[in-house]
Amino acid sequence: MAVAAAQGKLIAVIGDEDTCVGFLLGGIGEVNKKREPNFLVVDKNTSVQEIEECYKKFMKREDIDIILINQNIAEQIRHVIDTDNDNPLPAVLEIPSKDHPYDPTKDSVLRRAKGLYSAEDMR
Amino acid sequence: MSEKDKINIFPSRGAQTQMKARLAGAVKGHSLLKKKAEALQFRFRQILHKIIEAKILMGDVMKDAAFSLAEAKFASGIDFNQSVIQNVIKARIKTRSKLDNIAGVHLPVFESFEDGIDTYELTGLSRGGQQMGKLKMNYKRAIELLIELATLQASFVILDIAVKTTNRRVNAIEHVIIPRYERTLAYIISELDEYEREEFYRLKKIQEKKKIIRDKAEREKLSAKKADRLKNVDDEEADAAAAEAEAAIAIAVAQGNIFDDNSEEEDLLF
Repeated sequence: MAVAAAQGKLIAVIGDEDTCVGFLLGGIGEVNKKREPNFLVVDKNTSVQEIEECYKKFMKREDIDIILINQNIAEQIRHVIDTDNDNPLPAVLEIPSKDHPYDPTKDSVLRRAKGLYSAEDMR
Repeated sequence: MSEKDKINIFPSRGAQTQMKARLAGAVKGHSLLKKKAEALQFRFRQILHKIIEAKILMGDVMKDAAFSLAEAKFASGIDFNQSVIQNVIKARIKTRSKLDNIAGVHLPVFESFEDGIDTYELTGLSRGGQQMGKLKMNYKRAIELLIELATLQASFVILDIAVKTTNRRVNAIEHVIIPRYERTLAYIISELDEYEREEFYRLKKIQEKKKIIRDKAEREKLSAKKADRLKNVDDEEADAAAAEAEAAIAIAVAQGNIFDDNSEEEDLLF
């Protein structure tokens, strides 16, 4: 843990191919010694089960601080994201994908804020 | 919230002082916790505002990034997706987290830093290198923004929990603990009053009893005195008679002696 903190932690991505490629080019991709990548490319053949398992695996990994997930994919595993809402680390960020614009009303975190702010404040 | 909901304590002066101290402590704690809750709430709102701004900004940045990816693909003419995915080795951008402290609540602050070399230095070497550079820049910007957003979001989640627990504690102190102490205090006071009344009554009763006893003793004494006096009267009469007889004898003796015993005149006076 201490060593991992000294080395810095990773950012994981669960997203469609273009999103993953973009972030990988940004330089966040890493394959560890067990040949486990810190990203998951989701295409139309990827089952919800796989996404869920991958998400859970990322949540358990100690060297991951932030998980980026496309919002349309987050929608598919919303039940999993919502269950461990109270755990701040790793931080799960929902990002827009190329063909799905960002909808703040669907965001797990922003939905929590809904009770505190009226709709026009959200904009 | 019945009248019975109080601390099980023996109602004594000591317990009352103790209870008073506890009540004062609870009131102080309540005001402090309230202040903490306000500080957290304040920060929470700030963060929420920032999150909303950052999320909107993120939409634009991601759009730019996605567009530059399309541009790069178009410029290079080949689909480099697979080669990028396969060539992952080591992360260049990593995060470090520090801890920020707000009213005793620790919030993580993520910082990004770069180390190592760019694995994709040669991607797009043949064509579209400029677009590729722009693409990398755009995504780096997006990553930086997302790291900032992650900081805000983690803080948001932690603060949300902290605010909730603090509010719960404030309410618990206000609506459960303080009333319970007050009830206990009231109970102790009422018990003490009751005890005092009992004590007073007891003292009264004792006084009454004592008075009766005293009166009785007095009366007995009085009657005894009366009896005594009656007896004394008889005695006195007898005494008087005796004294008279004695006196007569003494006079007779004195009359006999008085003239021939002049030397002892002084003594006679005493």
